[in-house]
Amino acid sequence: MALLEVENLQTHFRTPDGGVNRAVDGLSFNVEAGQTVAIVGESGCGKSVTSMSILRLIPEPPGQIAGQIRFNGKNLLDLSDREMRAIRGNEISMIFQEPMTSLNPVLSIGKQIGEALRLHQGLSRSQAEAKAVEMLTLVGIPAPDKRVKEYPHQLSGGMRQRVMIAIALACNPKLLIADEPTTALDVTIQAQILDLMRDLKHRVGAAIVLITHDLGVVAEVAERVIVMYAGRKVEEARVEDLFRAPKHPYTQGLLGAVPKLGSSLDGTSERLAEIPGLVPSLKQKLQGCVFASRCPQVTELCRTAAPALEEKAPAHIAACHYAVKEAVPA
Amino acid sequence: MFAYIIRRCLATIPVMAIVALFVFSLLYIAPGDPAAVIAGDQATPADVERIRASLGLDRPFLVRFGEWVFRIIQGDLGVSIFTNLPVTRMIAQRIEPTLSLMVVTLILAVTIAVPMGVIAAWKSGSWIDRAVMGFAVLGFSVPVFVVGYLLAYWFALELDWFPVQGYTPFERGFGPWISNLVLPAIALGGVYIALIARITRATMLEVLQQDYIRTARAKGANQATMLFVHALKNAAVPIVTVIGIGVALLIGGAVVTESVFAIPGLGRLTVDAILRRDYPVIQGVILMFSFVYVLVNLLIDLSYTLFDPRIRY
Repeated sequence: MALLEVENLQTHFRTPDGGVNRAVDGLSFNVEAGQTVAIVGESGCGKSVTSMSILRLIPEPPGQIAGQIRFNGKNLLDLSDREMRAIRGNEISMIFQEPMTSLNPVLSIGKQIGEALRLHQGLSRSQAEAKAVEMLTLVGIPAPDKRVKEYPHQLSGGMRQRVMIAIALACNPKLLIADEPTTALDVTIQAQILDLMRDLKHRVGAAIVLITHDLGVVAEVAERVIVMYAGRKVEEARVEDLFRAPKHPYTQGLLGAVPKLGSSLDGTSERLAEIPGLVPSLKQKLQGCVFASRCPQVTELCRTAAPALEEKAPAHIAACHYAVKEAVPA
Repeated sequence: MFAYIIRRCLATIPVMAIVALFVFSLLYIAPGDPAAVIAGDQATPADVERIRASLGLDRPFLVRFGEWVFRIIQGDLGVSIFTNLPVTRMIAQRIEPTLSLMVVTLILAVTIAVPMGVIAAWKSGSWIDRAVMGFAVLGFSVPVFVVGYLLAYWFALELDWFPVQGYTPFERGFGPWISNLVLPAIALGGVYIALIARITRATMLEVLQQDYIRTARAKGANQATMLFVHALKNAAVPIVTVIGIGVALLIGGAVVTESVFAIPGLGRLTVDAILRRDYPVIQGVILMFSFVYVLVNLLIDLSYTLFDPRIRY
């Protein structure tokens, strides 16, 4: 049994005009204990909604979550609010994209780290503060016993993201969901935060679901990659396989849109490949392949029949009628 | 911080000077002649002139203003024309009921209005929210004296839970003191509660949209912690500001409320003084109310640092 099993997840939002926005439509994936899985895709493909659905942070209504999200075998969607609160920040915790706004400006750093500990482990105020200092040391914040009394506005963006990580890891979660943890940071800080996450992962042993649109980040830290498009999974593979031999035209497009460092110096630079068009509106049920409207290799079949997810190579699945099947060794 | 307090205290001086000038000239240009009032109906013009001279009313405006300010700085608000008592003593005698009424109203209003606004924001769009906002509109639109008489009729005359009117000094015990203040405080607090509840709801609605509220939820915080620890502290500055501004409502309303409930406080003193054209008393009371208002708002400004660490003076 995997640590997290998401099965046929459907997160829909009722829109004010009476329609339904199918932000996530039938997504399934597993995360093994201690594994890092990246979910990639363009803006609006349902990555963040997926992550918020796992912790049930989607406001209901207008949101509605269906399917199964099994964590250690129990379906999180069946839990009461109280049972869910006991899991949030304790067994599953989350890091958000915006370190500048994700910390409460009027509470001290120590209080915010200590809060989860006091909630879930029943620590006293002084124990929680001592543990907060320990966590700040762990995430590499200098002078932690001084910082613990400071407020978010006294810290830089990178420091705040470290604090967010300290909050998320305070209770030794089994699963850490990181929603674009480095997007809002500048490049050198990004590298530091990624190093920190990788380092802490080994120490704490938590599994990580990493939500990102940055393929560089994926290559750095993930073991497995799920490519999402329009609320669905279109490809899933080990990270090396995906970068070496992407099967789905969308994944190929994403990889083609990454600039190569130094290409403008040695004269090999070309115009970056782009994927024409936009993610289709998720308000109507799509016919055929979700990517059909933007796919360079589209045929009549794609417009009428939705391709199923198939194993195209060992441990490499994709949803495309025309993806080349490699021989699966017997 | 300390320098800021000093600066703010110094800044109250010009404010108070303008208030003083306003108070002084208001009565100077107001119709009615105190000398004629004191002299009575039977007085000859010569009598009135003599009294006017003895009051110093015949001297130039600026001279009188200067002398008046000079005496006030020394703590002398003058002598009542009507009772011949020093104004400071008259105010001192009447200040306890008014202060009691205002403090009780303030505490009552804040303890009712803030949770009301928080819950309305949390359940925004629900019937609870609509009920709270409906109540707020009612609080704004029904005048103090109407609420006062209705309350007195139901809870004092019909149900006999509270005394109809009057005031019991605090030294005679907390029970009698508070039971005389409950109805006036509710009557006076209506507008104030409405104001605070509305601003609390509006500010909380905005705060509840913030990313850090989501972070708190992701940590497993329960609803109460989220509302009252994470959100309310962020919403505190505008709420506290309105509480401070609303003290002006209490001062104005106290005059009416004291009349309705026959409370012998400063409001009654003011009304009586105005009816008798007792200039020194009117001036003294208005000056004191202005001073209290300026002081309260200074304290409010200083309290911001308690709620928001980003504010430093």
